[in-house]
Amino acid sequence: MSATTPERTGVTTQAIEGSQTIRLAPNYWPFVVPALVVVGAVIVFPWAFTLWMSVNRWTLGQSRSFAGMENYLRLAYDQRFWESLLHTLSYTFLSVAAPMLLGTIAALIFDARFPLRGLLRGVFVMPMMATPVAVALVWTMMFHPQLGVLNYLLSLVGIPAQEWIFNANTVIPSLVAVETWQWTPLVMLIVLGGLASVPREPFESAEIDGANAWQQFRYLTLPMIAPFLMIAVIIRTIDALKSFDIIYAMTQGGPGTASETINIYLYNTAFSYYDIGYGSAMAVVFFIVIVALSFILLMLRQRSQWIGVEGK
Amino acid sequence: MSSRLLNRIGLFFAALVFVSPAILFFLWMISLSLKFEIDNGAYPPILIPEHLAWSNYAKVFEENNFLLYLWNSVLVTGTATLLALLIGVPAGYGIARLKAERSAVVIMIARMTPGLSYLIPLFLLFQWVGILGTLWPQIIIHLVVTVPIVVWVMIGYFETTPMELEEAANIDGASSWQVFRLVALPIAKPGIVVAFILSVIFSWNNFVFGVVLASRETRTLPVAVYNMLSYEQVSWGPLAAAALVVTLPVLVLTMFAQRQIVAGLTAGAVKGG
Repeated sequence: MSATTPERTGVTTQAIEGSQTIRLAPNYWPFVVPALVVVGAVIVFPWAFTLWMSVNRWTLGQSRSFAGMENYLRLAYDQRFWESLLHTLSYTFLSVAAPMLLGTIAALIFDARFPLRGLLRGVFVMPMMATPVAVALVWTMMFHPQLGVLNYLLSLVGIPAQEWIFNANTVIPSLVAVETWQWTPLVMLIVLGGLASVPREPFESAEIDGANAWQQFRYLTLPMIAPFLMIAVIIRTIDALKSFDIIYAMTQGGPGTASETINIYLYNTAFSYYDIGYGSAMAVVFFIVIVALSFILLMLRQRSQWIGVEGK
Repeated sequence: MSSRLLNRIGLFFAALVFVSPAILFFLWMISLSLKFEIDNGAYPPILIPEHLAWSNYAKVFEENNFLLYLWNSVLVTGTATLLALLIGVPAGYGIARLKAERSAVVIMIARMTPGLSYLIPLFLLFQWVGILGTLWPQIIIHLVVTVPIVVWVMIGYFETTPMELEEAANIDGASSWQVFRLVALPIAKPGIVVAFILSVIFSWNNFVFGVVLASRETRTLPVAVYNMLSYEQVSWGPLAAAALVVTLPVLVLTMFAQRQIVAGLTAGAVKGG
C-alpha cells in the first residue's frame, strides 16, 4: 500500500513550445497518505467513537441506549471521580516538581567536564528506558515494610520504618519517588540540550564585571534555558497525568482508593465493571483536563521565550 | 592547575550522588534475582549471597511459558515497529517537505491522549471483527505508540537534511518517489536508526495495551511478569529474575545506542513543545 502510491505522481513535467519545460512542484502528499490512513484508523476513529459512546448508556453484555449528557452529569456528582482527580493533580504536581529540580541540578553538573562523564550519563539514563512493570516489581520488593531494603537503609541513619505504598498517607509520595527515579533523566537531557545552546560571551563579560557563580546562574543561565525548562515541564506534566503502568502494577489504586488516579479509575470502570459509556465520558473529561493544562503551560511558554535560544 | 583537578573530582562525586539511585537499584535487582528465598528473606538484607541461585532463571523459563511470551513480545514489537517505519518514514519526509506543521499537531495531541482512551473503542472493534484471540489487536494498537514516534523523529531529521541534492535530482527528471528512495532515504539512515530504536523500546515496554487485550496465549513479557506478581507466586528470586529478563534487552540497547537515544529524545522533546 505504502510502496505503490507515491509512484503514481511525482514531478509532473509539461513540454511547452518544444524546448521550454515547466516543472510543477513535486507532490509530497502521497508520502503522507498511508500514515494519515493509519492515524485515522487507530487514533482519530477512537476519539470519535469515544465521544459517541460517552453519550450512551452502555455496559458490555447489555443493550445500549442513548443517554445524552447523563454520563457527564453522573461524573459531576461522583465523589470517587473527584477524589481521583485530586489524586491525579497531587501526583502530577509532585512528579513534575521533583524531577524538574533534580534534573536541572543534574544537567548543570553533567554540562561540566569531569572523569567518566559519558559512562555516568549512560547509567543515569537507564531508568528512563527500563520496562516500567519490571521497575514497579523491584520497587515493590524494596518498599516491603519488613524485608524491604529501603527500611533497612533508613534504620542505618536512625529513621523509623515506613509503610511506603502500603499506607494511605504515604502511598502517593512513594509512587512519586519511583516516577522521579525514572524520569529525572529526561528533564536532565532536555535541560542539557538547553545548556549546550547557551553562548559563552555573556559569561565572560559578567566575570569581568565581578558577578559570582550564583548571580551568573540566576541572571544569565536561567533566563537563557527558560524555554527548555518550560518544554520539560510540559512533557513531564503530560506524562505524569497519563501515568498508569507504575501505579497499576504497584498498588492498583490502593490501599483502598488512596492512589486511584483518573487513569486507574477509568481502567476499573471500563475493564472491571465494563461500564464503557461512563468510562468513555471519563476519558473525554480526562482528555480535556490534559489539553487544558498543556494549553496553559504553552501560553506560559510563549511568555518565557528569551533571546535567540528559541527556534533553532 | 590543582584546584581545577580538585574541581573535576568534586563534580565527579556530585554526579555520582545523582547516579547512585540508578546504580543501587540495578545492583539490588541483580542481587534479588540471584538469591535463594532464605537470603532474600534475611534481615539485615544481603547484597552478595554465598550461594548464587542461578536456578531462579531456569525456573522462570520452565514454569511460566516464558519462551512463548518472549516470542509474542518479539512479534508484536517487531511487526509494529516495521509497519511504523514503512509508513512513518515517508510520512515524516512528506510533512517536512510540505512544511505541514498542522499535521504535526495531530501527532502531538496523540501524545497527550492517554492510552486507555484508545483501548475502549479499539477493544470493541477487535471484538466485533473477531480477532481478539490473536496477536493482531496488540500489533495494531501498538501502532498508536510507534507511528507517532517514527513520524516525529523523521520530521525532525528530514528538516535538517540538505535540499540541494534533491532539487538537482528533481531537475534531472527523477520522480518524487525516486528522489525519496535514491537521494533522501540514504542520507536519512541515522535518523531511521534513532526512530527504530525508540520505537522498539517504547513498544517493548508497553503494558497497558497488553493487560487488556492479551489472553493467556498472547501475553507479552510485561504482562506475563505482572501476572506472576499478582497470581502465581510470591517468591522474590524468580520474580526479580523475570523482571530482569524482560528489561535486559532494552537496557542493553540503551547502553549500546546511548548517543542515538539521547539525540532522538532531546530532538523529539525540544520539538515536542
